[in-house]
Amino acid sequence: MTRGSRKSWQYFGLGLAWFYLLLWPLLGIRDGALHFAETTAVWLRVALGATLCFALYRLGKAGRLDAALKPLAAARDAVGNTLARAPRWMLLLPLAVFALSYPVLTNRYAQDVAINVLVYICLGLGLNVVVGLCGLLDLGYIAFYGVGAYTYALLSIHYSLPFWVCLPICAALAAIAGCLIGYPTLRMRGDYLAIVTLGFGEIVRIVINNWMALTGGPNGLLGIKSPGIYLPQLVDGSFSFEYLVIRKLEYLYYIILALAVFTIIAVYRINFSRIGRAFEAIREDETAAELMGVDTFRFKLLAYALGAVFGGLAGAFFAARMRFVSPESFTFIESAMVLAMVVLGGMGSIPGVILGALALVALPEMFRGFELYRMLAFGGAMAFMMLVRPAGLWPAARLGKRSDDTE
Amino acid sequence: MAAILELEGVCAHYGRIQALRDVSLHVGEGEIVTIIGANGAGKSTTLMTICGIVRASKGDVRYQGASILDKRADELPALGLCQVPEGRRIFPRLTVQENLDMGAFLRRDADGIAADLGMVFRLFPVLFERRKQHGGTLSGGEQQMLAIARAFMGRPKMLLLDEPSLGLSPMISQHIFRIIRNVNEESGVTILLVEQNANMALKLADRAYVMETGAVVLEDTAAALRENADIKKAYLGQ
Repeated sequence: MTRGSRKSWQYFGLGLAWFYLLLWPLLGIRDGALHFAETTAVWLRVALGATLCFALYRLGKAGRLDAALKPLAAARDAVGNTLARAPRWMLLLPLAVFALSYPVLTNRYAQDVAINVLVYICLGLGLNVVVGLCGLLDLGYIAFYGVGAYTYALLSIHYSLPFWVCLPICAALAAIAGCLIGYPTLRMRGDYLAIVTLGFGEIVRIVINNWMALTGGPNGLLGIKSPGIYLPQLVDGSFSFEYLVIRKLEYLYYIILALAVFTIIAVYRINFSRIGRAFEAIREDETAAELMGVDTFRFKLLAYALGAVFGGLAGAFFAARMRFVSPESFTFIESAMVLAMVVLGGMGSIPGVILGALALVALPEMFRGFELYRMLAFGGAMAFMMLVRPAGLWPAARLGKRSDDTE
Repeated sequence: MAAILELEGVCAHYGRIQALRDVSLHVGEGEIVTIIGANGAGKSTTLMTICGIVRASKGDVRYQGASILDKRADELPALGLCQVPEGRRIFPRLTVQENLDMGAFLRRDADGIAADLGMVFRLFPVLFERRKQHGGTLSGGEQQMLAIARAFMGRPKMLLLDEPSLGLSPMISQHIFRIIRNVNEESGVTILLVEQNANMALKLADRAYVMETGAVVLEDTAAALRENADIKKAYLGQ
């Protein structure tokens, strides 16, 4: 055993001991007495699993598993290369077929989870424009989700406007809210901006919570209509359109799927446009961008408003699906979740954000079996992923190598 | 020679600390003028005041005869006044090509941009080789070349250069200074150069200003300053 590996095993042991200390207050202090048996049982199981993983990791690092890993790595590279060379439609087609046939293949619960994932994909991609592209740390993003949701809720209840008419109105109002919030806040940079956006996010929620006459306060708003579509019908030889209200989950799934696809295409187009490049320049070096002639304040405001638009669209769908909105859905923890998706998936990367949303919505569902330890396992998984892949699950494409290496 | 840039009694403050005291200077069209001086003499502040990042508290800055004091920094490239900022400040996670495209951000003439791109790649062949690499992966000298090339992409009438030799080996600095000279001679771009390396700056420039503690203390042709006994002792190490 080399010195390095002995040292790492020592740290590993320390880590396990530390984990026991953390676990025991959680499980051992109950009913006015101190218990050790249950903590020890849970700890032993975790320790065994972790030791096994760590031993494998050390062996792999020492090169003892090369016989098994080399062919695996070769196979992975081969698959990666074929995928990289295949035309894009060949990759997208199976994905599209899967997405379209998903409601047929799955039950209600799975559809519910999928709808959640798609809503968060829209939110994550919207926030990605602000955080990933433009580099503005926004901790109050969920406010725009709330603006969209309440806009549709109020328009639907008071004016019975159909969902499709309300969608652009929600997007526009969210963009206006984005400009109103962005105008005073975007003069700050870095940490200050994060704190101020956090404050504004809370202000929006508190206004919703207290404006009883308009929003119903904590009681929320009931009686929001589901989206409807006009279906062409042929009755007795005469052609007419029948208005169909969509309550079935699988149709709602298709609506949010369409919204998500729209968001993906829009964000993709922004990403590779002149505006997107200006956003990235601001993220990289605001002063330098200014010297290139970028009106940084206006572009930051634009990024903020664009992000808000996608949040507003997702919010409108959320209200239409739940047919009920209340301030509880727009708390800070939601902003934090969306931000976590962007960071975990890979800032600035569209497939990364999609993976991040999938991971953060689907993982907690998978951990339901763990019951009480669900959030613990979830937190552990997140910390682990950030350690292993700090740039995200699917980092934004990086080209080239350090030029010093080639010289 | 008509002056393209004039500073008249410019003062600037950082909080309560006065950084510039009555700085007056002028740069003629097609000239290379350098400002030399020690650390903290106000050289960089002078450049930042010209492009509006630091606001002048007194005095006037005129470019092509008109005051530019009320212009924002991002309005100046459209007037042909481009800057290579101190410390290069390239965009590290954009490719070299994208960095150059950002230099031409305000321009809409696709043909002209393509022509200038060809010109820049001829001047700096290494940038052509590395055009798909991220800017942050370039070496220090290459990054300085990229910063200068990026400023050229704005098709400037006048170029402000802040310490282009900072942190570079003498050989690479000389290479960069040669290119600056070439560009000035071939396309007539006016150059205002701020440098700590007085020796090299005075060899390149037509005229020079010497700054100390926020004020201009001496002004002469570069050739005369090279022979000046005080300058030799204080800045040229002779």
